[in-house]
Amino acid sequence: MTERTVTGLPPAESARLERQTDEGAQEMRHVEREMVLTGGLWPEDDQTMIVNMGPQHPSTHGVLRVMMELDGETVLRVKPVIGYLHTGMEKTGEELTYVQGGTNVTRMDYLAPLSNETVFALAVERLLDLELPPRATWMRTLLCEISRLESHLLFQATNGMDIGALSMMIYGWREREEVLRYKETVTGLRMNHNFIRPGGVAADMPDGWEQATLDLCDLVEKGMRDYEDLLSENPIWLERLVGVGPITTDQALALGASGPILRSTGFAWDLRKAQPYLAYDEVDFDVIYTQNGDCYDRYLIRLHEIRESLKIIRQCVERMPAGDYRIQDRKITPPPRARIDESMEALIHHFKLFTEGFRVPAGETYVAIESPRGEIGCYLASDGTGKPVRMHIRGPSFYNLQTMDAMVPGSMVADAVAIISSIDPVMGEVDR
Amino acid sequence: MPDDVIPSEEIHKEPETPNATHAEDEVVEACRERFPTAVFHDSHGQAVVYVDRGEWHGMAAFLRDEQRFTQCLDVTVVDHLGDEVRLAVEGVTPERFEVVANFLSHPRNRRIRTICEVPLDDPTVPSITDLYPGISFGERESYDLFGITFDGHPELTRILMPDDWVGHPLRKDDAPARVPVAFKGTGTPR
Repeated sequence: MTERTVTGLPPAESARLERQTDEGAQEMRHVEREMVLTGGLWPEDDQTMIVNMGPQHPSTHGVLRVMMELDGETVLRVKPVIGYLHTGMEKTGEELTYVQGGTNVTRMDYLAPLSNETVFALAVERLLDLELPPRATWMRTLLCEISRLESHLLFQATNGMDIGALSMMIYGWREREEVLRYKETVTGLRMNHNFIRPGGVAADMPDGWEQATLDLCDLVEKGMRDYEDLLSENPIWLERLVGVGPITTDQALALGASGPILRSTGFAWDLRKAQPYLAYDEVDFDVIYTQNGDCYDRYLIRLHEIRESLKIIRQCVERMPAGDYRIQDRKITPPPRARIDESMEALIHHFKLFTEGFRVPAGETYVAIESPRGEIGCYLASDGTGKPVRMHIRGPSFYNLQTMDAMVPGSMVADAVAIISSIDPVMGEVDR
Repeated sequence: MPDDVIPSEEIHKEPETPNATHAEDEVVEACRERFPTAVFHDSHGQAVVYVDRGEWHGMAAFLRDEQRFTQCLDVTVVDHLGDEVRLAVEGVTPERFEVVANFLSHPRNRRIRTICEVPLDDPTVPSITDLYPGISFGERESYDLFGITFDGHPELTRILMPDDWVGHPLRKDDAPARVPVAFKGTGTPR
């Protein structure tokens, strides 16, 4: 008998059937045996089924459509179809001034909006060759880590929901809600802040922020213990995730993966450590990486990265330098509101900045930082006017989605759900 | 589980200065030797290589195989129609489109960017998906939004816009609101 792996009987089953002494079983033709075992005719090789998952499917995190070629319940091939959330944000970016640009990019990766704002602001500042005051840099570091916290907490929630651990969903949202509340006290908005702007940040930290930040850290840490107790050693959780959707370092690198997916394969690459930006070279933290490259490892990495983020946030509270939170160049940052009533120059600067923005010398640059999902990059080309010629965001989810090609084929449909969840795509950033 | 946490000092043993990309460095020297027509530019401290379209694939192969650039992170296009001031790089003949690819070398911890000029009447560039399969989505996006054809791409279809979309929306002369609508009674689409 020829060996059959994906379609037909597995070799062990065939052997068991061959050994049966029952005359009837021996007389059955091959197809009939399969009917006995599987309860129906096993599809022939050319009778596979194409199934669409999404675009409206709770496990696809928005409007991702996944076309799967199925053989029974085994996925043979997979193809992500995207574009359902395409709103032309890069085109919009060409119509907005550099001052307004932050409102656009912050809506791309809406689970970690402050990372997007940071990468855009850093790109503009590189074109302008600006040097920021230390407090602005440290505030950005703090807020980027708050963003990472928020994103990873929501991953824990949605990942739990996709696997079927519904209480985990409630736990994850519970802590994330507190993070959003904290962000509201600092930036004034729960999401889409436009708080980190070219030239610094929009406002100073509010009164009593130190204690509020430390309280938030304690709260999230307490929540994390819940997650670990609930999931990390849970036999059902392990059964669903360990060994599911494995990917090797070579595959991940070839398919353009970055972030937790790349780190789960034993490749410790984190831009915060490798090419430090902001104040990351001054804070102490570890790069989390694991060896197996499966869904469980990706869960574990994001869980432990929450802990590392808390470490960084506490150091930021401790070492936050005094001083200005933005550069005092009236051509780049607006004057304080109170000055507008007394000074004609302040009024003019304010008016010019918010109507025309500032001009950026002709040039082009690419800035990359580590967002919760991997390398987020901003390619900015300027023609010397107040609006960019091209504002391109390299979304980590966009490229990470390609790793499905390596992870999904050969697994079950239910595993495919777990794998999509472990990629943690944000469709706002994929489709832009 | 705690053994997943490895002290950071052990991971990056040989930190090179980030973005240490000056015109004199070794990658640039090696490229210059191999591709005499390539033009180098120091763009705010980042190494940029302007290559001819014919050398686009060769340069990517050289970077991957000989210079250990492990990932091509991003491919994108810039449409320079109607630029007020255009960055003038000596030795580069400007065309309407610029195709930009960003490469990252993990072992050497450095980046390099290659740019090639593409005219409107023949908007084709060799695809580098055979070298870097992960850039497939990026090239499809560039094709979709700018109409740049990547020769040799296995599946160059629209990725963000609908399959039946006419035009390439990120081109500067493509008006975003020009959508044909057949209003009642007018007979023809606007």
